[in-house]
Amino acid sequence: MIQLDNLTKVFETPKEAVVAADHISMNVPDGEICILLGPSGCGKTTTLKMINRIIQPTSGKVFINDEDTSGMNTQDLRRNIGYVIQQIGLFPNMTIEENITIVPKLLGWDKNRYKKRAREMMDMIAMDAEAFLKRYPSELSGGQQQRIGVARALAADPPVMLMDEPFGAIDPINRAVIQDEFLKMQQELKKTIMFVSHDIDEAIKMGDRVAVFREGKLVQYSTPDDLLAAPKNAFIESFLGEDRALKRLNLVKVSEVVSADIGSVRPDDTLETALSRIDDFGYQNSILMVNDRHQPAGVITRAVARTTKGYCRDHFQSAPPVVRLDDDLRKVASLMFANDTTWLPCVDDEGRVSGQITQRAMTHHLGSRFRSRPDNSASIRPDSNAAKE
Amino acid sequence: MPIRSLKGGVTALLAVLIFIAGVWAQSSGLIDEFLFYLPDVQYLVVGHLQLTAISGGLAIAVAVPLGILLSRPGMARWAESLMQVLNVGTTIPTLAVLALSMSFLGIGIVPAVFGLFVATLLPIARNTYVGLKGVSPALMEAAAGIGMSPAQRLFRVELPNALYVIFAGIRTALAINVGTVPLAFLIGAGGLGELIFTGIDLYDTVMMLSGAIPTALLAIVVDALIASIAFLVVPRGVNPARA
Repeated sequence: MIQLDNLTKVFETPKEAVVAADHISMNVPDGEICILLGPSGCGKTTTLKMINRIIQPTSGKVFINDEDTSGMNTQDLRRNIGYVIQQIGLFPNMTIEENITIVPKLLGWDKNRYKKRAREMMDMIAMDAEAFLKRYPSELSGGQQQRIGVARALAADPPVMLMDEPFGAIDPINRAVIQDEFLKMQQELKKTIMFVSHDIDEAIKMGDRVAVFREGKLVQYSTPDDLLAAPKNAFIESFLGEDRALKRLNLVKVSEVVSADIGSVRPDDTLETALSRIDDFGYQNSILMVNDRHQPAGVITRAVARTTKGYCRDHFQSAPPVVRLDDDLRKVASLMFANDTTWLPCVDDEGRVSGQITQRAMTHHLGSRFRSRPDNSASIRPDSNAAKE
Repeated sequence: MPIRSLKGGVTALLAVLIFIAGVWAQSSGLIDEFLFYLPDVQYLVVGHLQLTAISGGLAIAVAVPLGILLSRPGMARWAESLMQVLNVGTTIPTLAVLALSMSFLGIGIVPAVFGLFVATLLPIARNTYVGLKGVSPALMEAAAGIGMSPAQRLFRVELPNALYVIFAGIRTALAINVGTVPLAFLIGAGGLGELIFTGIDLYDTVMMLSGAIPTALLAIVVDALIASIAFLVVPRGVNPARA
């Protein structure tokens, strides 16, 4: 656990004293990623760097696993904190292996142990040990270098990691890949991580919690979902962007919105049955047809069911795309838009229908937790009317 | 293909010209005249190299630690002004430095070594300082952030990354040193200057060249020697020659 207690940094400049971080107090629970988010100059990097004393705090305390770090030797403290920076900072005079094993060497591990560790780390970041360990940083691409940067930080297995815009200098395609890889690693490693970012999308994707900074102050500290659903003030609202409701789609899983109640017909039902089921369930346009194993086989539309006689097996249209329970709503929305439909069947691991997700349920789920600030909604209306006149 | 054949032609032409020059030198007795000075050259080269080795070795031993010291964060306030003083030092002609050191230390090897030492010191200190200051701040932050002590940072990160620039300074300084040693003859320290200056005084071109040509060759050999040491010592990842 990382605990900051009234952490403050004042930079003395010839003209005036600048407060870079103003009484920052927060907790990051074990195994969580906390994103420090904000525009440049907001104090997020200063706050991060006070934890490993790259910047000396003016006042306040840092606790790591309930231990006050102010009494610890600076070098011991840093060797037990993984540190990743935007500029990567691999040592160009050392091979990849030497770079990865540097902290274990500083901690006095024996040779066999740190050599073995270097190979483990290469496996973990999915790079070929044989091909890369003996090479030099300048021979690697930016994305590969930052993977090594992360491996170096993790090599001595520190409980806590500090990451200063670690993926900021990597091109967007590679960045998404590295973010995914890192999240996958984190699921196993469960490190307690402080992560500086200025990218709201990265914060929502990576963070278990997000701390938004402005002018040296911690403005809001909450889960990404709470942040998007209930921004504390106009600054955060504008920082999150006008599409913040859409950004929440990433955070909600199908399983949270799915309704197990889905009407369906079988191939040997008559179209008359299909029509009555459409009406019974209150569907507008169509009903799902499933096969014997309860897998989606097609849809019967209301128009066909009303005007035609016969069996469903002879008059169905192709089955709509299906979604799984652990997909996020962004994918669902995308599929709905692409197929011009307002509902999709959900399937379990064997492909059997386990429920449905409707546009109505999605908007309801997001809307029920989405609050605009009361003072805001009251004041904006008259202004916008006035502007029109 | 045309360029390659052109190159071959030039090489062949050059070989023929050298051959003709050799034949001419032999027939005119020039080679015998030079060979007359061979024992002198052999004796003087040893003295010449001794002067270079002592003054150059001392200069490296003092200048590198000096450059390291000036590059430490605690010295930041003084470093730039001190480097300016050293820069002014490099602009003083070596002959003047030798003359000055003679007026304090008298005649012989000691004032010569001192003068050469001063002239050699400055490029090495300058390059050590600039090389260390040129190590990227990101590297220094990474080194500090993973928990290296200041000494570990210096020896494992700063010096290896600055080594190529430091060696460039040593190469320049020693090339200047070897080329300046002939002047030491003027304050009684020997070296190949003895043949050069005596040859000038006696209007004896062959005698002068017997000192000048070995001096030039020594400068080239010393430069190549330092270059190959740098090639071996500078880590592969930061060595442009091995990239």
